[in-house]
Amino acid sequence: MSTTIEAPRSPYARAPRKRGVNWEKWGWIYMRVSGVVLVVLIFGHLFVNLWLGEGVSALNFAFVAGKLTNPFWMTWDVLMLWLALIHGGNGMRTLVNDYATKPLIRGILKWAIFASVAVLIILGTLVVFTFDPCPAGQPADLLPSFCSAL
Amino acid sequence: MPQQTAGTPTYQQKTTSRRPAGTLYRGREGMWSWVLHRITGVAIFFFLLVHILDTALVRVSPEAYNAVIGQYQTPIMGLGETALVAAIVFHAFNGIRIILIDFWNAKYQKVMFYVVIGLWVVTMLAFVPRHLTNVFNH
Repeated sequence: MSTTIEAPRSPYARAPRKRGVNWEKWGWIYMRVSGVVLVVLIFGHLFVNLWLGEGVSALNFAFVAGKLTNPFWMTWDVLMLWLALIHGGNGMRTLVNDYATKPLIRGILKWAIFASVAVLIILGTLVVFTFDPCPAGQPADLLPSFCSAL
Repeated sequence: MPQQTAGTPTYQQKTTSRRPAGTLYRGREGMWSWVLHRITGVAIFFFLLVHILDTALVRVSPEAYNAVIGQYQTPIMGLGETALVAAIVFHAFNGIRIILIDFWNAKYQKVMFYVVIGLWVVTMLAFVPRHLTNVFNH
């Protein structure tokens, strides 16, 4: 009786894919699309905040207040917030899938990633849209100059 | 593939760890760019978590925000920002390299790795002297 040994690299039959949305595919596409947009958004963010003028040493409340009262920078920052957190969270999920082998640890880590991403997206979005550049009762020298005109 | 010379490789030769086959991601430029992409990605993710929390202090009070942003202006954090920008710039350019491998041509992945390194050096030359001047002259 002769035994036939299959060629080692011959393709094996894969289980037919379950119906429904292929989330892994859309995650793969999301990483690339958001990645390209994030290169522009983050390079712009670093250029304006760290390179122009006196860079990091010029940053303070008044500087941020100037940006967060401008619809252009509000849109820029909120887009960056959502795209970067989801991009980073999905990247961390990939690492957990690769390196965490115990199902419980894996579950805990992925839940922690999801929770921190969700909390920070909500927090960041609320901060941008409820921001008050001229809070009452604060020393005028810490506030942007346009507050004194109010 | 400089090692593939004599005859057709056997099954055992094909699977030995010394001879990567069928993947860009084992050994040399392909592997190291992948390793660096993961390490820089994790570092950037954890910085992002902290950075959103510190920026959220603008909603607490001007003093609270200025106190924390003042820490970003110290020499030690200034060096940390240099490392952060180095990680971001690598991750950005290598990310574009990954997209080009996927959608354009995997044949040029090694050349593109050296292009990434070159662009990284140029970007860092434009950033680091200026940034360190801002950090250490204040």
